Amino acid sequence: MELPIEIPMEIPGLLNYWIVIVLMMAGFYVVISHGNLVKKMVGLSVFQVAVFVLYISMSKIDGGSAPILDDAIKQYSNPLPHVLILTAIVVGVATTALGLALIVRVRDAYGTIEEDEILEQERNDT
Amino acid sequence: MAATAFAIIRLRNLFAVVMLSGIFSLLAASLYVLLSAVDVAFTEAAVGAGISTLLMLATLAITSEYEKKSERSNWLPKVIVFVTGGVLIYGTLDMPLYGAADAPANLHLIPRFILESGTEIGIPNIVTSVLASYRGYDTLGETVVIFTAAIGVLVLLGRGHNRWRPGMRKPVVPEDREEEV
Repeated sequence: MELPIEIPMEIPGLLNYWIVIVLMMAGFYVVISHGNLVKKMVGLSVFQVAVFVLYISMSKIDGGSAPILDDAIKQYSNPLPHVLILTAIVVGVATTALGLALIVRVRDAYGTIEEDEILEQERNDT
Repeated sequence: MAATAFAIIRLRNLFAVVMLSGIFSLLAASLYVLLSAVDVAFTEAAVGAGISTLLMLATLAITSEYEKKSERSNWLPKVIVFVTGGVLIYGTLDMPLYGAADAPANLHLIPRFILESGTEIGIPNIVTSVLASYRGYDTLGETVVIFTAAIGVLVLLGRGHNRWRPGMRKPVVPEDREEEV
């Protein structure tokens, strides 16, 4: 059956990037529009995962298997992005832990983790 | 995954948000299995879905569980997000297609890793060979970053955490605050 409109050839091949961009922008929106610090950290980690998916989807090759050597396998996926993202996941958790520790200290100092209230207290001080 | 991400935007109950971020990580891990990145998948499942969620729950136990409704207008962030997303989508039009074996990223160094690492390093898992040997300095740098972050967390939350400190507005009621690091 013929489709009524002509779909450009690139569309299915680029869909992975577009999904990544939607996820990335969801995380970005949480970071810039919400005042709660914990929610900002969650948004950052959503953004981070979107970047990971971008790299991993670039490493996939049609018909390629996981990069573990075996005589029966003729084609492997690209192992280098896997290595980079392994490193990035672990570093991401380390930075998340640091950010959350900072949030705990902010809450000690101001009694709140809402950005608006913190700014208001700062304004009243000066 | 996208549904989970949008639920994270809408919900104000932070406990639910943190749980959803755990689910989000787990879905990402299953996606990595489908994309034949098995090492990344189990790291994401253990570290992203496990430890991150635990750390965030520990923070929620210390701080508050609900997000206040913000009075700020949110049209500006929306405009910024849509413009950025549009520019990024425009940028993808030149990208190699999904699954293309002749994409530039797959041509340099990778054939050598696949052909030689079995004999040079002697480990069947190419990811391990590259991580520990070819890019060993990278992994060393990663360890340094984690070490620095651990020191930072200890300095921020370590001994004397419940004491009054300069800059603190009111004495804090001592609570169970054990951040597992």
